[in-house]
Amino acid sequence: MSPLPTSIDATLGLLAKADYIADRSLATVLYLALKMGRPLFLEGEAGTGKTEIAKVLAATLGRKLIRLQCYEGLDISAAVYEWNYGSQMIAIRLAEAQGEEDRSRIEHDIFSERYLIKRPLLQALEADPNGSPVLLIDEIDRTDEAFEAFLLEVLADFQVTVPELGTVKAADPPIVVVTSNRTREVHDALKRRCLYHWVGYPDAARELKILRAKVPDIAKKLSEQVVDFVQALRKEDLFKAPGVAETLDWASALTELDVIALDPATVSDTLGVLLKYQDDIARFDQTKVKSLLDEVKSGLRAAE
Amino acid sequence: MTENHGRLADNILYFARALRAAGMPVGPGAALDALEALCVARIGNREDFYWTLHAVFVKRHEHSVLFDQAFRIFFRKRGYIEKLIAAMLPDTPGYEPKSPPPGAQRIQEALFSDLNERARNSEVEFDARLTVSDREILRKKDFAQMSAAEIDETKKAIAELALPLDELRTRRLRSSRRGHLIDLRRTLRASMKAGAAVIDLRYLGPSMKEPPVVALLDISGSMSQYTRLFLNFLHAVTDSRKRVITFLFGTRLTNVTRAIRARDPDEALAACSAHVVDWSGGTRIATSLHTFNKQWARRVLGQGAVVLLITDGLECDADDTLSFEMDRLRRSCRRLIWLNPLLRFEGFEARAKGVRAMLPHVDELRPIHNLESMTALVRALSGAPAKSYDPRALLRQVA
Repeated sequence: MSPLPTSIDATLGLLAKADYIADRSLATVLYLALKMGRPLFLEGEAGTGKTEIAKVLAATLGRKLIRLQCYEGLDISAAVYEWNYGSQMIAIRLAEAQGEEDRSRIEHDIFSERYLIKRPLLQALEADPNGSPVLLIDEIDRTDEAFEAFLLEVLADFQVTVPELGTVKAADPPIVVVTSNRTREVHDALKRRCLYHWVGYPDAARELKILRAKVPDIAKKLSEQVVDFVQALRKEDLFKAPGVAETLDWASALTELDVIALDPATVSDTLGVLLKYQDDIARFDQTKVKSLLDEVKSGLRAAE
Repeated sequence: MTENHGRLADNILYFARALRAAGMPVGPGAALDALEALCVARIGNREDFYWTLHAVFVKRHEHSVLFDQAFRIFFRKRGYIEKLIAAMLPDTPGYEPKSPPPGAQRIQEALFSDLNERARNSEVEFDARLTVSDREILRKKDFAQMSAAEIDETKKAIAELALPLDELRTRRLRSSRRGHLIDLRRTLRASMKAGAAVIDLRYLGPSMKEPPVVALLDISGSMSQYTRLFLNFLHAVTDSRKRVITFLFGTRLTNVTRAIRARDPDEALAACSAHVVDWSGGTRIATSLHTFNKQWARRVLGQGAVVLLITDGLECDADDTLSFEMDRLRRSCRRLIWLNPLLRFEGFEARAKGVRAMLPHVDELRPIHNLESMTALVRALSGAPAKSYDPRALLRQVA
């Protein structure tokens, strides 16, 4: 277990250790979240590295990562706890076969921790020898408001109430990262309890660093072209601009294809890696790709 | 003092009635509570008096504004009460009359009707039912100039729509007799009661939920006589449902969801006006829809949303983009309903270019220009799309 970072620079360094190139605003909010013990609420377009932060945190701090992937219909039995009904049934039968008459005793026995199946939120409240775990509540916008309301108790007091057992409270609160793609507005009450940060697209310099860290065997020239092309693409009027994840995918795809420099044909052929909407792809025909690529190349030449 | 006390009691009762008339839920119990509170609190000054009454009468944050207005006007309008209060309160601070904030009209009216009633000294029951022609007037009248009775009447009529909008099956489960999944938790509990020999199976079924409603309201000049009414309609819808998202558009798109959530309609509409810069201007439907599709569609159209597009479809620069954006909008939502006030005219034909561009992409085209059509709309929302409002029929007419 590594100690928590003691400054913003240390936080930046910590993330960089795991090849996560963060900008200073993100490092600041992360540092504050760690320092103040508040959940971190990350919102942003898909593929900008929100989930990655939790993973990197867990890895660099040597904590356990507990992930709760949200989906529509997520309920307490999938998110917090569930009783092991099969074992409970058997226990009841056994107790009765042994002539146990006292019903409240049986009830007390079967609603004990032995028969409790812990789901992510309850797991996250458990003490861990490696320090409190990192709890990632991923894509919270996919659940409904009812579950959000339930999370309020968990995120404010780091406690969960199991009616049959009582309240479970974390001795050492977990590091909580909540992410949202904003397919729905998350209620203010939940946001109020968190530190909020909007994760945007990186600028060219940072994206280049990210690309070189994540795809180390990419040619220098190609990496520059890839980053500049994606940056230019984001300025276009697209329905969905490509995220960092798409940039990385594209770069690996191009490396797999042994491309050393971009040309219009290759770009057109592999555009599906960057753009995921038919309208967007249709707008980028050969000529448009060529003109954009020429712009990028001349820009790069000018910079040399 | 006993005489004073008697008059105080009267006045508190009148004040309570005024609040009620202004739309606050103040029952007779509250007036009694207020009297008791005033006796217990041993009023020292006007502020104490204010807050004592406030504590008793105001039960929701939104009503605080109404109460404040009522209090100021009530204790200004009646000089003789002022004297009474002054007798009780040694230092009555004067105050400056300001331009009336939202709600003032309704309070003023509530108080005046109260005064008139007293002057005539008779039990005049205010007849709140409106005739057909009144309703006709109501439709055209600016909401800002509406009397409390008219707002009340419209609100009542709109509230009577009951909004039984459709329900969607969610993936969340709840206990249900006719469910198809065994609810192990409740089954176990039930058999604990009965003894393990008897297993009384309990079931889970899908829970139902109202889908979100997203309203896109045209506030351009050609729509101006309807916008206020529609805003009130949307306010009522927002009032009774959690998930209503409202956008206004003329030449640009504005999200007024938060503004319209204010409980008081005056306040909500005022907040809306404050947000919007392009009232009664031109229309750029395509541009507005483009903005919506790009910036908002993915944020608000999840979970089976129904889109209400309220516009007359009179777009000056109608070209392919309008058709394209409409197509995208329809693909991103579960149901797209176009509400067009022009449809009230007999023999409305889809001649305008904008209308023709939009029609093929909507699931339903309905009139909305009075309370009846609103009622019909709400009824329609609860069921399957009506054949008579099939937009393609109109297109065929022209073609």
